[in-house]
Amino acid sequence: MAQAAMTETAEPISRPDGLRGIVADFSSDQRAFKNVPWGKAMMWIFLLSDTFIFSCFLLSYMTVRWSTEVPWPNPSEVFSLTIGGQNIPLILIAIMTFILISSSGTMAMAVKFGYARDRKKTAILMLVTAAFGASFVGMQAFEWTKLIHEGVRPWGNPWGAPQFGSSFFLITGFHGTHVSIGVIFLLAIARKVWRGDYDSQRKGFFTSRKGNYEIVEITGLYWHFVDLVWVFIFALFYLW
Amino acid sequence: MTDVTPETTSYLAPAEVEDVELYHPKSFVTKYIWSQDAKVIAIQYAVTAIAIGLVALVLSWMMRLQLGFPDTFSFISPEAYLQLITMHGMIMVIYLLTALFLGGFGNYLIPLMVGARDMVFPYVNMLSYWVYLLAVLVLVASFFVPGGSTGAGWTLYPPQAILAGTPGQSYGIILMLASLALFIIGFTMGGLNYVVTVLQARTRGMTLMRMPLTVWGIFVATILALLAFPALFVGAVMMMFDRLLGTSFFMPQIVEFGESLKYGGGSPILFQHLFWFFGHPEVYIVALPGFGIVSDLLSVHARKNIFGYRMMVWAIVVIGGLSFVVWAHHMYVSGMNPYFGFFFATSTLIIAVPTAIKVYNWVLTLWRGNIHLTLPMLFAIAFIITFVNGGITGLFLGNVVVDVPLSDTMFVVAHFHMVMGVAPILVIFGAIYHWYPLMSGRMLNQAMGHFHFWVTFIGAYLIYFPMHYLGFIGVPRRYYAIGETEFIPLSAATLNEFITVAALIVGLAQVVFIFNLVWSLFKGEKSVKNPWRATSLEWQTPQMPPAHGNWGKELPVVYRWAYDYSVPGAAEDFLPQNLAPDQVAIAKGHEASGVRAAAT
Ligand code: HEM
Ligand SMILES: [Cu+2]
Repeated sequence: MAQAAMTETAEPISRPDGLRGIVADFSSDQRAFKNVPWGKAMMWIFLLSDTFIFSCFLLSYMTVRWSTEVPWPNPSEVFSLTIGGQNIPLILIAIMTFILISSSGTMAMAVKFGYARDRKKTAILMLVTAAFGASFVGMQAFEWTKLIHEGVRPWGNPWGAPQFGSSFFLITGFHGTHVSIGVIFLLAIARKVWRGDYDSQRKGFFTSRKGNYEIVEITGLYWHFVDLVWVFIFALFYLW
Repeated sequence: MTDVTPETTSYLAPAEVEDVELYHPKSFVTKYIWSQDAKVIAIQYAVTAIAIGLVALVLSWMMRLQLGFPDTFSFISPEAYLQLITMHGMIMVIYLLTALFLGGFGNYLIPLMVGARDMVFPYVNMLSYWVYLLAVLVLVASFFVPGGSTGAGWTLYPPQAILAGTPGQSYGIILMLASLALFIIGFTMGGLNYVVTVLQARTRGMTLMRMPLTVWGIFVATILALLAFPALFVGAVMMMFDRLLGTSFFMPQIVEFGESLKYGGGSPILFQHLFWFFGHPEVYIVALPGFGIVSDLLSVHARKNIFGYRMMVWAIVVIGGLSFVVWAHHMYVSGMNPYFGFFFATSTLIIAVPTAIKVYNWVLTLWRGNIHLTLPMLFAIAFIITFVNGGITGLFLGNVVVDVPLSDTMFVVAHFHMVMGVAPILVIFGAIYHWYPLMSGRMLNQAMGHFHFWVTFIGAYLIYFPMHYLGFIGVPRRYYAIGETEFIPLSAATLNEFITVAALIVGLAQVVFIFNLVWSLFKGEKSVKNPWRATSLEWQTPQMPPAHGNWGKELPVVYRWAYDYSVPGAAEDFLPQNLAPDQVAIAKGHEASGVRAAAT
């Protein structure tokens, strides 16, 4: 059964395995998810709610793509770049996807070093992640500018269904906002890690609770989620 | 006696989470205005919700005046009537009921009932209220902008919601959508807190299956809200795009006054799906907390454990789950595929099963109980009757063939007012009479309370029963005036006058209630501690009203469920949840056999 106070994820408590363990946890007192700190539980539930938002956006996009009578522009032509005289479809998107997925890797490493209390490595990896994220947003801005120059507007575009532009700006904009918020969070947390706030248990920002290295993992959860959503946007908007 | 028999309390798990250190406010401002204390936030939520609810009440008087006495009030134009119904409906459903149940009762009761010091993230909880207040202010602002508030109906169906013929097209609809988006953001901050507090911040001994049903109801309703509001959010954002940027997510090709509009190719039905994917769970967002609270009121005031606790919990969970697969029963007349209609009619009728279980269990709780007809009990009984009433007309409307002719008539208005208007409001009243002493330290005035109860209860039936009939004979909903219509007898006008008079009287009774709330705060009889002799934790705090941090030095330890009333062999007729088994006083003559429930 449960042992000492476990607000930090140090050692796992020994519990029955498998389904029995799940039932035991749920029918126990105090916490339904043992060893899950409050902030992490909160982030998971928030992400569940956010999943519904993105699902609604993507389903709506698919519905209007189907309801409009005008042909849909061909994404591989629209999102192509001419590099060195050669027209390469989806090249920018491919790079952006690659960057974002790499940033998930650096984020995961930051979480690991966070729990090892290696402040320097954690902070640096978080900064790298933030840099990847910022360059993603930068490329997105470049893509928006390019499309706007070519005449794409939320209400119309030169190649076909106006819903193309509407959905594009709406969905990538909403996702890009998520990435930007993530970058800001990463920077803020990296600064606190660097300064050692979590060793001295200084009160956190956005909360009056004491902070600890779980916040790195919580930020990581959000970051991985944003990456995962991008994979769906990539598949459903660009590849379809 | 009890049907839930957890293992004996010989073993109590040690504390898993360190006791938290709260933010300690020092000034008046941080104590009562920018407060991080869930109890203060709860009262802020409740006062704001009731204030805006009173606005919606006044709007309903104006609607009724118009319907009862058409051609009498020159200040109510057809456009104004549409604006009235829209604002009335939206305020009642979202800004009053949702905010009051979850933001108000949720904030006050969850930490107290599960034995926590506060919500898990008080700062975010505080932000939740302020964003909610902002949403309310934006909504109120829409009354005053040029063109007035939107008249699109609370369902905001496109394309008409953003077309020129609809009142409030210039600013009203924009502010409405903005306000909804803000409300959702604010709610999410609070909702995450409620859910995590229930899941992760209970006190020692408080297992999920020992929580009072009030907490279960609010908990599941919050989860529904966190999953349903996203659909409304997305719908609101896309409609905002359609309105402001001229996109066509929801707008098909439209010819207006012979001119083709710039829109084309969107899907109005898409909005209906998004709206009702939110809208139906919304019904349960206001119903489930009501279910939970009523269960507790019945049990306390009938001095009997709730019948079938486990069944009640599972019914709440199952209803919550099913409520996500019935939404299109609001769209039978949208021209959707009949096979869909078949599916949604079936799932709708299936929901009636767990719902009926709950009703039976409430009635069985009363059966041979020691019923005290206190005000909370009166309201709880009134709720059961009203809810059954509205539920049965719901079964009618859930069937496609019955719904198609009744859709958009006064029958629908009568149905949803019974089931999600009057019924939850009755619970709210009951809950306020029940918990007012805890929150203020004083009792509400009985005489005014009885006046309020009888006028409201009987009056609600005088208002809504005739509306069923009006619906049957074909009086449409959302009509400014029906004038002389061939198939509607003239007597319908008389009936409408009658309803209006009843509505005004019921409205007046609410004014008495508000007066009672304020008057009793200063002049009310001082309440003793735990006046209803209830078992749940909120009444066991060291101070009443509970102080900041709720529990003084030590968190309570829970040994039993919340329903140990009239336990055979116990000297007292209630055993508080935090009463240790070896402290239970045994009644004379039972010394040998002991107390059976001591081991639960
Ligand atoms: C004294 C109490 C109330 C009275 C007299 C009243 C009266 C009315 C009237 C006359 C209508 C318009 C019918 C029409 O022309 O279509 C209406 C609509 C509505 N009411 Fe109430 N109401 C009351 C309380 C409530 C409550 C507590 C709720 C909370 C759920 C509520 C929710 C609604 C909704 C959602 C609509 C539909 C608005 C629309 O069609 O867009 N009402 N009410
Ligand atoms: Cu429904």
